[in-house]
Amino acid sequence: MRPLLSVEDLTISFGPGQTVVGNVSFDVERGQTLAIVGESGSGKTLSCRAILRILPRTARITSGRITLDDGTKPVVLTEIGERRLRSIRGDRISMIFQEPMRSLSPLHRIGNQVSEVLWLHRGASEREARRQVLQTFDRVGFPDPERAYKSYPFELSGGMRQRAMIAMAMVAKPELLIADEPTTALDVTTQAQVLGLIKELQQETGMALILVTHDLGVVANMAERVVVMHKGRVMEAGDAEPMLKAPAHPYTKQLFDAAPAIPAETAPAPPLPDQDLILDMRQVSKTYTMRAGSGWKPNVLIHACRGVDLKLPRGKTLAIVGESGSGKTTAARIALGAEPPDPGGEILFRATPDAEPLQVHKMSRSQRTAFQRQAQMVFQDPYSSLSPRMRIQDAMTEPLEIHRIGDRAERRDRAAAMLDRVGLNADMLKRYPHAFSGGQRQRLSIARALMLDPALIVCDEPTSALDVSVQEQILTLLEDIRDRHNLSYLFISHDLAVVARIADEVAVMRQGLVVEQAPPETLFHNPQHPYTKALIAAQPEPDIERPIDLKLVAQGAGAPDSWAQAFRFTESVIPSLVEMEPGHKVRCHV
Amino acid sequence: MSILRYAVYRFFTMLLTLLVVSVLVFVIINLPPGDYLSNQIAELRASGQSAGVEKAEFLRREYALDRPLWEQYMIWMGFMPGPHGFSGLIHGNFGWSFEFDRPVAEIVGESLWLTVLVNLAAVLFVYVVALPLGVLAAARSRTWVDYTSAFVGYLGLATPNFLLALILFYYGHRYFDLPIGGLMDPTFEGQPWTWEKVKSVLIHLIVPTFVIGTSGASAMMQRLRANMLDELGKPYVETAIAKGMAPARMLTKYPLRVAFNPFVADIGNLLPSMVSGSVLVSVVLGLQTIGPTLLTALKTQDQFLSAFVLMFVALLTLMGTMISDVLLVLLDPRIRYEGRET
Repeated sequence: MRPLLSVEDLTISFGPGQTVVGNVSFDVERGQTLAIVGESGSGKTLSCRAILRILPRTARITSGRITLDDGTKPVVLTEIGERRLRSIRGDRISMIFQEPMRSLSPLHRIGNQVSEVLWLHRGASEREARRQVLQTFDRVGFPDPERAYKSYPFELSGGMRQRAMIAMAMVAKPELLIADEPTTALDVTTQAQVLGLIKELQQETGMALILVTHDLGVVANMAERVVVMHKGRVMEAGDAEPMLKAPAHPYTKQLFDAAPAIPAETAPAPPLPDQDLILDMRQVSKTYTMRAGSGWKPNVLIHACRGVDLKLPRGKTLAIVGESGSGKTTAARIALGAEPPDPGGEILFRATPDAEPLQVHKMSRSQRTAFQRQAQMVFQDPYSSLSPRMRIQDAMTEPLEIHRIGDRAERRDRAAAMLDRVGLNADMLKRYPHAFSGGQRQRLSIARALMLDPALIVCDEPTSALDVSVQEQILTLLEDIRDRHNLSYLFISHDLAVVARIADEVAVMRQGLVVEQAPPETLFHNPQHPYTKALIAAQPEPDIERPIDLKLVAQGAGAPDSWAQAFRFTESVIPSLVEMEPGHKVRCHV
Repeated sequence: MSILRYAVYRFFTMLLTLLVVSVLVFVIINLPPGDYLSNQIAELRASGQSAGVEKAEFLRREYALDRPLWEQYMIWMGFMPGPHGFSGLIHGNFGWSFEFDRPVAEIVGESLWLTVLVNLAAVLFVYVVALPLGVLAAARSRTWVDYTSAFVGYLGLATPNFLLALILFYYGHRYFDLPIGGLMDPTFEGQPWTWEKVKSVLIHLIVPTFVIGTSGASAMMQRLRANMLDELGKPYVETAIAKGMAPARMLTKYPLRVAFNPFVADIGNLLPSMVSGSVLVSVVLGLQTIGPTLLTALKTQDQFLSAFVLMFVALLTLMGTMISDVLLVLLDPRIRYEGRET
């Protein structure tokens, strides 16, 4: 029996001679999951888009055959006309894209956009389509399908939008689903649920799945066969289990080594010292008032942070972990003095061990200027945090100019030395940011933060926009610099595996509250709070023996009132953080 | 019904704006020293015709031009009793034209509606031409379709309107027997509306519409093309293609819908620019629109006439923006549900 889809010798180029995908071949069997793994620029997305011929305008399929088995005679997708291809798109082969935020039209109701598939391919009437779509909505986990049918995309959260996309892809019961990084833009708990949903649907309908991803953890959880791509070529292909256990190709090995993982076995660690705190956040709360759209409804108060107490000892790394909207970034912004906390909260900062602690939000002008030298920030997106119109040299020396340190030559020398320290070349100073890759740019951001010789650096998801192998390098660099210069980090992240690697203490936040706090070893050894358990369980591990435990995720990732009685909190009754064992605090009723 | 509430709210803000505009218009018209009558009196005095002076003095009192400016304004608007009691704009009395020695209402009467007609026709022309061409140029960007439409468009933008008018009149008359000048056959002027008269007006409208609308249409087309190109790169377009939609249906249902917003928002800007832009064209083409009247009124400081015409143009503009605002709310759920989003 022939495979459902076979791609043979596929070559795609941009313009003449610029081959981006070369001689790629793979097969997909019915009901099977094939994962295409690779880093950005590996050609994994182009290869799978070529199947439905949804390619950028300048891209050309220069050679190769893609065949879809039709039971009796195969359809050669690379040769059929546009019209026949259209009848296959969305009907026999459908696709899910990376960004659920932007993959749905903002001006059409979800129901309309999903029903359209049935109108197009089944000639269904509006009523018949609606009935089927509502069924599918129910199946993909919309609590109120009727309401979802009438909603616009901007009224739904990211996870719900991706469910709508899945419903759109599934409603015509395709034989093959192509999912291009379907969960990359989602929180880790949402990712776990969406992956679980795709898997269930696949088992029910027996469709095949091509999963494009950069995350080996996702591969280990989903795939039966794996294709590893690098620079447009297939590096290694084969069954998932043997390959994940013993990768043969050096590049695959490299990917595995780079993939961060939560350690499987840990022993509890001793608590952090309580002396010589560089940063001490006490009872920090932040409430935003969201104006209601009309004058009739009351304004809504949003508690971004609620009574956050965090202590960062000198030379250590304190990580704040949580999903989007948990308040972790707000906490960091307040720590840097970018925003004032609500009355009652205070942040103490001590630049040197023997200095008097200063209140970040009650500083005089000169104290503030000094503070800004001592506390720096590294941002999430290295593509937008460097001005595209400034040379690297100007971007690097600007902080020195602002603080009137040194003369031109000295500033230049310092910038050159700093580039050297972060692993770049001093002769790159004259270049503009566009000449650098994502990883290099993040090195530049780190170098710029180091220019003023700070004592504290706030890192806001510094690696989440980067490929795994680059992420690995940046984390190593951060650790290296921290130990060499006795820096302290406040590290914001949504990725427990990254945090496991770099942090000395982890605070897990949910809805503005710290729900659990401990050194990472202790936290992974003995997680107490259901939300922490869900976060740990949701983390896809590149280990085929440790699949995601969806039950744990579902228990912890839901609303607080679905948690066990001891952990529940409401608007008025919030349990306090209780020290369970030395250095391990959990928010629960005792 | 929130849309209705919004429309009502928008209507009241429009009235408020109109009030502010009326103050501005009145003040600006009165900025140059003197008025029509004082100029005339000075002229008569210089030539020693005392009988005329008396009549002018009488008119000055009659129209309260001897009062302070703010009182003149209040009387003109009808907020304050004038020499003949309450009688101002809000009561439907548009004032007296000294230059033409007739009531303003009588002078502008028919030309008011012809102005609206000509400009509506031009706006319609702009949209009918720009919409398909803009979409086509975007869908076939960087092909001969795109380049040709851009070339024709720039030609339309760059050709002076009056020149285009003369060329069109010449060829239109020669090959299609289109009439030259005017908005209707002279025999129908001042006659009651009949089917024949309507037909005559429609035929006369062809060239002016084309002339006034061309530059607007090519500007609008380029704008729509740029918006469409932005939208075409967005992921939701790929989603629609992956669904298996045919290109034409896909283009009109998704990206065009989004690119349509600026298109609709332009209605408000289009109206006034056409009214003021068509003044020269109206003079050249001999159209009985309000444009030439405004020109004369401004030159001779005929204050009630020019104030009324300016107010009328302001009203058109405000109505245009109001219509586009309400349409936008109808078209775009993101605007409609603002504040509902969390």
